[in-house]
Amino acid sequence: MARALKGPSARRAAVSLRDPMAPRLFRVRRLRWETADVATFDLEPSGRPHPCGFAPGQFNMLYVFGVGEVPISISGDPGAPMQFVHTVHQVSVVTSALCRLSRGTTLGVRGPFGVGWPMAEAQGQDLVLVAGGIGLAPLRSVLCELVRHRERYGRIALLYGTRSPEDLLYRQELERWRGRVDLEVHVTVDRAAPEWRGHVGVVTTLVRRVAMDPAKTLAMVCGPEVMMRFALQELQKHGLPPGRIFLSMERNMHCGIGLCGHCQYGPIFVCRDGPVVRADRLAAWFGKREV
Amino acid sequence: MRKGGPMDPSPSTPSPLVTIERRDIPALFQALTARGYQVVGPTVRDGAIVYDRLAGPDDLPAGWTEVQDAAQYRLARRRDQALFGYAVGPRSWKSLLLPPESCLWRGRRTTAGFEPIKELTPPPRCALLGVRPCDLKALEILDTVFLNGPFADHGYAQRRERLFIVAVHCTQPGGTCFCASMGTGPHAAGGYDLAWTEVVGPSRHYFVAEIGTARGAAVLREVPSAPATAVEREAAACRVTDAAAKMGRTVETANLPALLDRRLEHPRWDDVAARCLACGNCTSVCPTCFCAAVTDVTDLTGGRAERRRTWDSCFTLGFSYIHGGSVRVSAKARYRQWLLHKFDTWQAQFGTFGCVGCGRCITWCPAGIDVTEELRALRAAPPTPPEMTQEAPHAHP
Amino acid sequence: MHTLETFLAQHPFFAGMAPHQLQWLAACASNVRFEAGTYLFHEGDAANHFYAIRQGQVALEIVAPGFEPITIETLEQGDILGWSWLVPPYTKQFDARAVDHVVALAFDAACFRAKCEQDPALGYELLKRFARLIGQRLQATRLQLLDVYGTRP
Repeated sequence: MARALKGPSARRAAVSLRDPMAPRLFRVRRLRWETADVATFDLEPSGRPHPCGFAPGQFNMLYVFGVGEVPISISGDPGAPMQFVHTVHQVSVVTSALCRLSRGTTLGVRGPFGVGWPMAEAQGQDLVLVAGGIGLAPLRSVLCELVRHRERYGRIALLYGTRSPEDLLYRQELERWRGRVDLEVHVTVDRAAPEWRGHVGVVTTLVRRVAMDPAKTLAMVCGPEVMMRFALQELQKHGLPPGRIFLSMERNMHCGIGLCGHCQYGPIFVCRDGPVVRADRLAAWFGKREV
Repeated sequence: MRKGGPMDPSPSTPSPLVTIERRDIPALFQALTARGYQVVGPTVRDGAIVYDRLAGPDDLPAGWTEVQDAAQYRLARRRDQALFGYAVGPRSWKSLLLPPESCLWRGRRTTAGFEPIKELTPPPRCALLGVRPCDLKALEILDTVFLNGPFADHGYAQRRERLFIVAVHCTQPGGTCFCASMGTGPHAAGGYDLAWTEVVGPSRHYFVAEIGTARGAAVLREVPSAPATAVEREAAACRVTDAAAKMGRTVETANLPALLDRRLEHPRWDDVAARCLACGNCTSVCPTCFCAAVTDVTDLTGGRAERRRTWDSCFTLGFSYIHGGSVRVSAKARYRQWLLHKFDTWQAQFGTFGCVGCGRCITWCPAGIDVTEELRALRAAPPTPPEMTQEAPHAHP
Repeated sequence: MHTLETFLAQHPFFAGMAPHQLQWLAACASNVRFEAGTYLFHEGDAANHFYAIRQGQVALEIVAPGFEPITIETLEQGDILGWSWLVPPYTKQFDARAVDHVVALAFDAACFRAKCEQDPALGYELLKRFARLIGQRLQATRLQLLDVYGTRP
């Protein structure tokens, strides 16, 4: 009767024994604005410093006292584990309140929760990372890990699309990654002024620019669901089967620990069996309306 | 065998059956209250049999039964004085484990930021008197969700430890019952401290009881009882067997999840959506529905904040709200989500069905929507052509 | 011409066309170069050519009065530029600017139209390929229209 916990459970970081609904106290160490409405936070524990271990692709529930809680992917470098890094898009009451916090302010953190990207399976493989908009945030952790242990992986390509040049995230890092000869980085925007000298067009148009051997490639896709749907189609057109494509799903979350029911997507709880899911697991459901 | 949970596993050899006379039921109440339990059980109120605190055996619905059908519930008088001669009413036991409203966390603002306020009020110890096998299975299902997942619910665990369960094997199934089809009744398989079958004859009224745990045995020692005779055992057993044949509804469960996976876009959903009011009654009365909203509130000064959990329903429009809109906008999508969760995706998530066959959703749906009927219609109709040719769904890991 | 034919035979857009058709294509093609910042064509120009880009990047732009020019798509090595030569009134729909130094094969469109009228088999082969190209562009444009990265009001 017991639900088998095979592959995905191996991608969870250690589970905390404390009450998972009670926030831990953290404070803002640094805040920098990536764009007009997106900010990146470095958070450190309020009390004694302690390691903030996580797996790339996991998320925290961030709590602003008296305002509310919101799930945000962890964007930090797994190799720099004494803090949590989060990139927040200002779109709601809670995220706006988050973006109004200043250095030293206390906030609550619950997590890390969820199943992350398949870093173990990725070893020895060629990797294609497809990021749309804020979807680059959870993939940043992956890139940091890949770069730290570059010799463990084959060819690596990052395909990043966003709305316009003004919406680019992690510009300095993007430049550093583009500068490396052992990484392929393609950036595109949906529209641009003539000064922009890069690609213009949707991110799916970048897929054909990557030479892919489907038998030894894994793809990690993150972005708005409709963009992931088209990226999935495009990758499959280039021979990649759904069993080699990983998506980061998103649904309404309240508890973050699989006990409130809100984030259900067909057979999975996005917070507990995701957010990272292998595409073939959702075959019957992905793309169906109002699921 | 259920893992974890606070109940000791039932002894591998069946415990001897004992007989308790009707006149000795007050002794059971005394034994329970002496141990600090609040006795909670069925009682008549507002035209229904609900679960509430019982002051004594006189609060039990002696001589009452229910007449249930789709969108119909009424009480009726029995010809005898049976204490448990009915099925299940609109309430279930989940409100004792998952209160409709509870506080998860409190904090207060400080100069440095904020800090938690620790207030410890242990939950009361409750003895549940008259738990039906379907509801017992529902408790087992909730245990799987709240105790055996990657994260356990601390409040649930506390409340669960403090429950004493007296189960009653069913002899009078209701018009909407289908526990036999779901494999959850009318006989309770385990997970109780004590369980009994009520036998009401022309000259005798007694209970044939079995012990489930050491705790149950200790309580029973304070209640007059005698080893059950062969005649008494037979009388009890055949009443339960008869009940299995008198179910109001049936469901074919073979291959149900795989079948439903291939009918996500079937026209039957439009059919039921035309009738469904998305009122959420079904989720309210269902003994396994556990969806809850987590909200953060603050007092007027903003100095104290609380995190609260309240019952929620997947039938509300806001349930699936994300990025400025809801994913499941239509009532059709929301009904589909609920039915598929109970009979399809619950298997992938927790390894069992989410439905125990209690029939409450059928009785309490104002539109009289019958899940057994919907499932029958979905099974009978072929999948739509696109879904017929799609790859077989990935086996749920 | 021989090297041009080989180039065309290996180009994914023309893959599968018969050798005599490729010969004919090569005969109508010439190498062209554009300095960075110059325009291959402007909106409204007669569609006299379509291009296979061999090197560099071309930006498709729209200009509206009162607005800065917006780049709506960029094309690069391997891409085909221009399909309005197939459809009356045979005029260009956008401006095309060389972002950097561009080398391309330019195909004489007027010559093509005449030849396709005479040789329907050739016309059909080209039409199939351009239909797929236009379909891909349409799909990509619709995705851009969705503005998936924008926030809802």
